[in-house]
Amino acid sequence: MIRLQTRAEHSTAMVFFSPMLALLLTAVSTFAIFFLAGVDGYGAFYVLFIEPLTDSYSFSEMLVKSAPLIMIALGLSVGFRAGVWNIGAEGQYVMGAVAGGAVGLYFYEVEGFWLLPLMSLAGIVGGMLYAGIAAFLKTRLQVNEILVTLMLTYVAILFLSAMVHGPLRDPDGFNFPESRLFHDSATLPIIWQGTRVHIGLVVAVILSFVTYFWVNKHITGLQIKISGNAPRAAKFAGFDENRTVWLSLLISGGVAGLAGVFEATGPIGQLVPHIPSGYGFTAIIVAFLARLNPIGIIFSALLIALTYIGGENAQITYDLPSSITSIFQGMLLFYFLACDVLIRYKFVFNFNQKHQP
Amino acid sequence: MNELFIQIVLGISVASVPLIFAAIGELLVERSGVLNLGVEGMMIVGAITGFAVQFHFDNAFMALIAAIFAGMLIAAIFAFLTQIMLTNHVATGLALTLFGLGVSAFWGRSYSKVTVDRVDAINIPGLSDLPIVGPLVFSYDPLFYLSILMVFLVWYFLNKTKKGLILRAIGDNHDAAHAIGHNVVRYRFLAILFGGAMAGIGGAYLSLVQVPIWVEGMTAGRGWIALALVVFASWQPFKVIVGALIFGGISILQLHAQGFGLNVDAQYLSMLPYLMTIIVLVTLRIRSKSKTNRVMPSCLGKVFHSTK
Repeated sequence: MIRLQTRAEHSTAMVFFSPMLALLLTAVSTFAIFFLAGVDGYGAFYVLFIEPLTDSYSFSEMLVKSAPLIMIALGLSVGFRAGVWNIGAEGQYVMGAVAGGAVGLYFYEVEGFWLLPLMSLAGIVGGMLYAGIAAFLKTRLQVNEILVTLMLTYVAILFLSAMVHGPLRDPDGFNFPESRLFHDSATLPIIWQGTRVHIGLVVAVILSFVTYFWVNKHITGLQIKISGNAPRAAKFAGFDENRTVWLSLLISGGVAGLAGVFEATGPIGQLVPHIPSGYGFTAIIVAFLARLNPIGIIFSALLIALTYIGGENAQITYDLPSSITSIFQGMLLFYFLACDVLIRYKFVFNFNQKHQP
Repeated sequence: MNELFIQIVLGISVASVPLIFAAIGELLVERSGVLNLGVEGMMIVGAITGFAVQFHFDNAFMALIAAIFAGMLIAAIFAFLTQIMLTNHVATGLALTLFGLGVSAFWGRSYSKVTVDRVDAINIPGLSDLPIVGPLVFSYDPLFYLSILMVFLVWYFLNKTKKGLILRAIGDNHDAAHAIGHNVVRYRFLAILFGGAMAGIGGAYLSLVQVPIWVEGMTAGRGWIALALVVFASWQPFKVIVGALIFGGISILQLHAQGFGLNVDAQYLSMLPYLMTIIVLVTLRIRSKSKTNRVMPSCLGKVFHSTK
């Protein structure tokens, strides 16, 4: 009989080895899928995971994609620690883009250094208000935040579509469902000339460190952590449960909204129906891969961004569908979660004794 | 007007069936204390499996069986991870949804431009020809009747059998159930497989009956609505039917709204099912604040590990 036994102490070795094991298992499974699909396994593997790192265009695109992932995952990690499950960051991201974009389009004739900060602020507020709906319903009526945030995501995507088909459509755009292009002072500065890498990446990295210190050094961060790990203890200590819910949702919504504005004013440059690209959902994986550690999120976001670029390259080189990326991401999370069990438990082999219930 | 009325009623039933299947499966899973957020992923895998088998073999029965097994297979991943490897239910369920969406898109890329024969309603000679009552009561596809039967069976199992009682006990207090000798992991594992089977058949209904084509991501959030339905039904099987009919009704009215001369943008009408989900959850809480807390399985979503 093989069974899991609780370790007396968390295994430090496994904290490092379990991600390695998970990566190895994912790589083996990816090979197996390629084999079954009749694709040259080694070549496809190279295209997926190695090539994006060697070519400077792909590498810069990886950085572009990692910025929103880092930001959204940071916000989510705060809530996940507290056991507040915001699954609809995608919706908050879209609402942020719409709110910020609308401000940019309102000041279409005006140039000014203040415009971008104002748009960012609008994006943050848009995302916060949208997540705030879930916080309100959760704290007042105990309505499940998973379902509310998720349903609101579908609503947000439809709302964006209605906006670019209606009020925010480019008047000279031949009826295409797109807004006007943002002008220069409503577009994010590029930090790596010749690529699309924008200042959002710097903001994302700074936010990682801010979150790290906030979660580990500040009393509110500690309260959030305890609310998640030991809800009863948090109650006895007099921490306000509702405050945790509000904080978690407002922070994750605000950051997701900011990421949305950055995407609209950065790589995309206008409001289009395809702004929702799944970052809000993928960020959940990013957060878990990093075990909710703010610094770790930078690395897991880079890894996931790598699979996006690799997936696109594989689409061109091997005619593989881009959905290979979500299979890969799903598998990676499966293996990570499974391997992490080794930190807290160990396998015990015992073939002599009969299993007792 | 009679024609339109009958059409709407039939439309509502077609829209409700996949929700009934997926929700009744998840209801049993949640009663055992497991929260599986992978319903959407299991449904879409069922949809593509059913479609592919129907396309190659042109046999609806085989297609449905295949969809059931596909749903169970992918649910088995979730069961293995959460029950044996003790992973977090929420994260694992989300991974399952992503994985299912990816796998179905990967597999379905060669089926995007083909159609299959629709699984038709069965007409009972004599009865189906009755005016109004005939089409309203006696001319549904066999799966509609099966979905109602499944709801009844789940109710019977939970409330009238010993095993059902044990399953509920496990959902409410897994440590106590374990202490008196019940195999928590085995019950939950089987419940999760049942949930997968039901989600699989619900997904297949979409690609075989509702619209006989394959579109990437065609479940479009129905798995999540099914999850909301379980809450709406306050974990009571028969209320699932009521909820599913309401949601089915809204999605059908949204199609007919333009016909009634309602001049609203299509996007706003499409929001209705999602907004309705929230509104229903809210009104439910306002109506019975304390009651719903009592019926929720106490161990829902909690990881179980026996120390002995």
